[in-house]
Amino acid sequence: MSTLDKAADKAAPQAPAISVEGLHKSFGDLEVLGGIDLTVGRGEVVCVIGPSGSGKSTLLRCVNMLEEPSAGRISVAGAEVTDPDVDIDRVRRRIGMVFQSFNLFPHLTALDNLTIAQRRVLRRSRSEAEKVARANLVRVGLTDKEKSYPAQLSGGQQQRVAIARALSMEPELMLFDEPTSALDPELVGDVLAVMRHLADEGMTMLVVTHEMSFAREVADRVVFMDEGAIVEEGAPEQVIGNPQHRRTRTFLARVLDPAAAEVAEL
Amino acid sequence: MKEPDTVPAGKPAGRSLTRRQRAKLVRGAQYGVLLAAAAAVGLLADWGEVKDAFFNLDVAGDQFPDVITTALVNTVTYTALGFAFGLGLGLLLALMKLSSVAPNRWLATAYIELFRGVPALLVFIALGYGVPLAFQVNINLLVTTMLALGLVGAAYMAETIRAGIQAVPKGQVEAARSLGMSQTRAMITIVIPQAFRIVLPPLTNELILLTKDSSLVYVLGLTVDEQELTKFGRDALNDNLSLTPILVAGLCYLIITIPLGQLVRRLEAKAAKAR
Ligand SMILES: Nc1ncnc2c1ncn2[C@@H]1O[C@H](COP(=O)(O)OP(=O)(O)OP(=O)(O)O)[C@@H](O)[C@H]1O
Ligand SMILES: [Mg+2]
Repeated sequence: MSTLDKAADKAAPQAPAISVEGLHKSFGDLEVLGGIDLTVGRGEVVCVIGPSGSGKSTLLRCVNMLEEPSAGRISVAGAEVTDPDVDIDRVRRRIGMVFQSFNLFPHLTALDNLTIAQRRVLRRSRSEAEKVARANLVRVGLTDKEKSYPAQLSGGQQQRVAIARALSMEPELMLFDEPTSALDPELVGDVLAVMRHLADEGMTMLVVTHEMSFAREVADRVVFMDEGAIVEEGAPEQVIGNPQHRRTRTFLARVLDPAAAEVAEL
Repeated sequence: MKEPDTVPAGKPAGRSLTRRQRAKLVRGAQYGVLLAAAAAVGLLADWGEVKDAFFNLDVAGDQFPDVITTALVNTVTYTALGFAFGLGLGLLLALMKLSSVAPNRWLATAYIELFRGVPALLVFIALGYGVPLAFQVNINLLVTTMLALGLVGAAYMAETIRAGIQAVPKGQVEAARSLGMSQTRAMITIVIPQAFRIVLPPLTNELILLTKDSSLVYVLGLTVDEQELTKFGRDALNDNLSLTPILVAGLCYLIITIPLGQLVRRLEAKAAKAR
């Protein structure tokens, strides 16, 4: 069964986790996304790769409306987020997001970072919120850090707290925007391990990443973007292993072997 | 060949000084000037008279305990009330300045320009005499003081708080919104607490300025029980024909402002470390 069939199978009884149709986004005169169509099925892991400035972050941020699309329709878990009448705060509770720069709340301890939205948004009691929070700290392997402030944690630990913070809202899907790009190389593995584990548990994930081995091993589907458009998409062994487009090959050559690519370009 | 490196090139080696020698000379000259000034003061001033005028121990003793139990307490009370009101109004003005609704921004800007531009004394007079005359109402002294100090303090604090709110990284709001918080909720739980941490040092400076401005309350006419440090000192000066009460009052201000100043430095050092 192909990846697409698998996705369709899972999505069949319900709406897909994410459905993007004809998405355009411009900043002033600069068109950053020029018509994106993308569907992510429930339980599917989709990795988005592509050169810097190709619009990957913008696509991700449009999915939870941190950026307002210029045109197009986006539905998440059956709710159309581009509908002006939708209660976006309500939809966002069901979408976890992890940022490249962590964006933990520096004035709160790790535990409070995980409980604040549960208590203020989901109206959970403190004890209930802390129970959920502690369970999620276990999930990311940081049981002993609940009293630490973000500044007292390493980058890798901060990012795992950020993942646990998103998970504490019990989201239906997770968006990751280059979650390991700001990390020292030796800390990347811990974060990727947590994400791998999440994928194994069946979490729906849309991941922007430059970690090709992660995409190859974990993704059900890889999407290659360039200049605001999806150039190529498919199973990882297809897109990464046997890319059909020249732009994909150039990009992969540069990412997988920077030195060789530089020589080739000369 | 003693110190060949420190002799500046192009100058006759015999007459020029090494850098260390020059520094020593400059420092020595400064000490010399200071010592000469101290000697002049010590010789020229009539110390008996100065001591009587500035620090008559009997007069100083007479100021206690009232200077503490009434004057210092009132100064602190007036300042605290004014600061609390000013902080609330300042936060409101800061949020108005950042509002997406243009008239909110205009109103806040107009307010800030007005109250930063006019002397605080004028505000006291307007509230103490103008408003009661115009509206035929009698406002309690504490309320008048709170309003006058707060209205002026708010104009300064608004700009400080606005800068603090803008200094909170955009990613903080995005993280809060991505967790489902509304704009308002994110502002209250995430942005404002961080903004206040950032502006704590300048706000404490604002409190120091307000402490001194609280002396303006004298224009409202004070009963003995309502006197704060400056008015208390001035009355005692008239009674005793000695500057001593003023010195005592001044020292009482320092009791408030020096620890606050130290707090500012500690907060700034802490903020610098956190960054
Ligand atoms: N708020 C903004 N205002 C103006 N231009 C923007 C804004 N955000 C992004 N852009 C522009 O949009 C383009 C795409 O940006 P985006 O961040 O989506 O790229 P990306 O693929 O995520 O790149 P990277 O790999 O470097 O993160 C870039 O040219 C960027 O300069
Ligand atoms: Mg990006």
